[in-house]
Amino acid sequence: MSEIVLSGLSKRFGELEALRDISLTIANGEFVVLLGPTGAGKTTLLRLVAGLERADLGKVFIGGRDVAHDPPALRDVSFVFQRYSLYPHLTVFENLAFPLRAPMRRMPRAEIKEKVEKTAELVRIAHKLATPVTRLSGGEMQRVAIGRALVRRPAVYLMDEPLSSLDAKLRAELRLELKHIQQDLGATILYVTHDQTEAMTMATRIGILEAGRIVQIGTPREIYEAPRNTYVAQRLGTPRINLLPIGHFDAAGLPAGVATIGARTEHIRMRPNPQGSAVVVLVEPLGNETHVHLEAHGQEIVCIAPPGAPPVPGQRMRLDFSEVLYFDGEGQSVLAAPSDPGRELAFH
Amino acid sequence: MSEIRLEHVQKHFDDFAAVRDSSFTIANGDFFVLLGPSGCGKTTTLRMIAGLELPSGGKIFLDGEDVTDKKASERDIGFVFQLFALYPHLNVRENIAFPLRCQGVPRAEIKTRVAEVAKLLQIEHLLGRRIAGLSGGDSQRVALGRAIVRRAKAFMMDEPLGALDSEFRQLMCGELRRLHDRISATTVYVTHDQIEAMMMADRIAVMNHGIVDQIGTPREVYETPASLHVAGFIGSPPMNFLGFRGALAPGATSLELEGQPIAIPPLAEGVSERDLILGVRPENVALVSEGGLRGTVFGTEYMGTFQIVTVSTRWGPLKARVSSSLPVGVGSAVGLALTAEHIVLFDPATGRALPRRADAAQRATVLPGVAPGSPSSTAYV
Repeated sequence: MSEIVLSGLSKRFGELEALRDISLTIANGEFVVLLGPTGAGKTTLLRLVAGLERADLGKVFIGGRDVAHDPPALRDVSFVFQRYSLYPHLTVFENLAFPLRAPMRRMPRAEIKEKVEKTAELVRIAHKLATPVTRLSGGEMQRVAIGRALVRRPAVYLMDEPLSSLDAKLRAELRLELKHIQQDLGATILYVTHDQTEAMTMATRIGILEAGRIVQIGTPREIYEAPRNTYVAQRLGTPRINLLPIGHFDAAGLPAGVATIGARTEHIRMRPNPQGSAVVVLVEPLGNETHVHLEAHGQEIVCIAPPGAPPVPGQRMRLDFSEVLYFDGEGQSVLAAPSDPGRELAFH
Repeated sequence: MSEIRLEHVQKHFDDFAAVRDSSFTIANGDFFVLLGPSGCGKTTTLRMIAGLELPSGGKIFLDGEDVTDKKASERDIGFVFQLFALYPHLNVRENIAFPLRCQGVPRAEIKTRVAEVAKLLQIEHLLGRRIAGLSGGDSQRVALGRAIVRRAKAFMMDEPLGALDSEFRQLMCGELRRLHDRISATTVYVTHDQIEAMMMADRIAVMNHGIVDQIGTPREVYETPASLHVAGFIGSPPMNFLGFRGALAPGATSLELEGQPIAIPPLAEGVSERDLILGVRPENVALVSEGGLRGTVFGTEYMGTFQIVTVSTRWGPLKARVSSSLPVGVGSAVGLALTAEHIVLFDPATGRALPRRADAAQRATVLPGVAPGSPSSTAYV
């Protein structure tokens, strides 16, 4: 049983309020990803859980135990840092074996060998076990660093942007691997990143961090489909959600207080029409889809081109909206009446 | 007008061939992207065009004039490295004016030109501001302004957005492209990021090991990759590859994978029995309950409107891009159906695609060493 409970955690560094009243429960076997920009407090939170930093207020429980007085070594956590921190004078094997060699564990040699080899398979570095880590590529080093965390079976794994130093291709592969490994092991992981794709594809639940606070927590689908406010709405989805003032929409019948329409690309239908209110400014073919930037009433709107010949700059388009999200003047979500989901919205 | 032409350009560093026999033409006003992994020769090619590196062989023409032996300063080319590099002790106006002052341009003209550039980039209100207080986007615009204020014949950009996080990079891609549409100066842009290349380029040259594998519009390199390298480098996730052994007659419209018939686009020429590779992009793979290529779901990745499903098969892991409303259980058995018209076949011995009947003529224009003249290169800019 390796549940993590954070209760009312706050942390200041002088004037800067790094974390404010963070309460969060990460269930046994859950993969929770905290998503936020640089400076949102992601790394500080992990360091508090690991015991590398002390909270001003609040408590951390790991496996039901208050760990306030436990030093990092006794907290039974593995930490993977953003930049691999390996022992440069050791081989891949020795680096992977290191956490198992701690005197207090007294693990037999054969067992160490077996665990190292199994982990090396998992992170696909088994063919280089005898290589000194200084001769590895950046991607290989990071795989060893992840492997070193996985070789033990701690109560929880803490990961601080472990994939961000890898190239796109390897990152995509390791995303899937990491998720698979997590499910195979039933591991409890708290993972922080600024990359929305990592959050969406790996997390059981995503916590959206803004300036030291958790604004919303939920499954990737909940966060994507029902964001609590415009800040959350903009964190997931590529291209980013279009936030448009209500002014040019037919407001009749909308919920009271709606000031902004949140329209993701899948909520907008685009058709060539010489009387349309939007003009194509830029067309970006990405291969599997084509992004079209339009301008309407001085507002930029990004859509995805329908199949067929791509539109050209200067072309006029009529836009039709449906199943959009509603936000009030403060940017907070306004729910549509349950009897009225997915209505069509006229845009002039 | 500023057309750039390379004829049999090569560059060796001792024993290492950084660029091998490259010939291509960059049309006036083109946004031309050199794309490839690190060490493929893209930056070396750019530096030779700019005059920062002398070719070991071949010729470079700028507007029809042979500039192969000319110094960088005599070529009238603007060079942009990382867009971040601004002078922190100068204000916005002084930063933009800097290259003109270095050239000894008269004060009055500097004033007019800086004002013009500021207007173009919509940063007029920032001219008196210090660099330190600017937002990331505004700093990028100032750096761009400093690059274009010189009105060079052509601009060379070497991974200018490399240091930015992905969300902001996409935003700047749009901005760069819009700027290009307004000033229409020939631009050569180097990157290892295929999304940047796809978003901005009129044409992309995909490089690997010092060789230009293919030159084409984003759509051409995506839909009809000329080599395994291009197919695997472009697209996210990249193209799926299935290895098999077989022979194909000219005009063949189907093949067999482990007894399963697969429709393919008709081939221009036949091939005798050999190892072959079938390539298909994830969005052209559908999940079916009965039939198809059988496999087991290894994992799913939720992406909002769609999901990427990875299926373990006897050909290795294959990816399908399907709607996220489709329920897919990890560990369940599924079939994969491939869309015939988007299948590309490759000969692994040469690494090249087998030409299809319809695009055989077009394919001839994109082989390395031949100047491409595809009329569709401006179709979607």
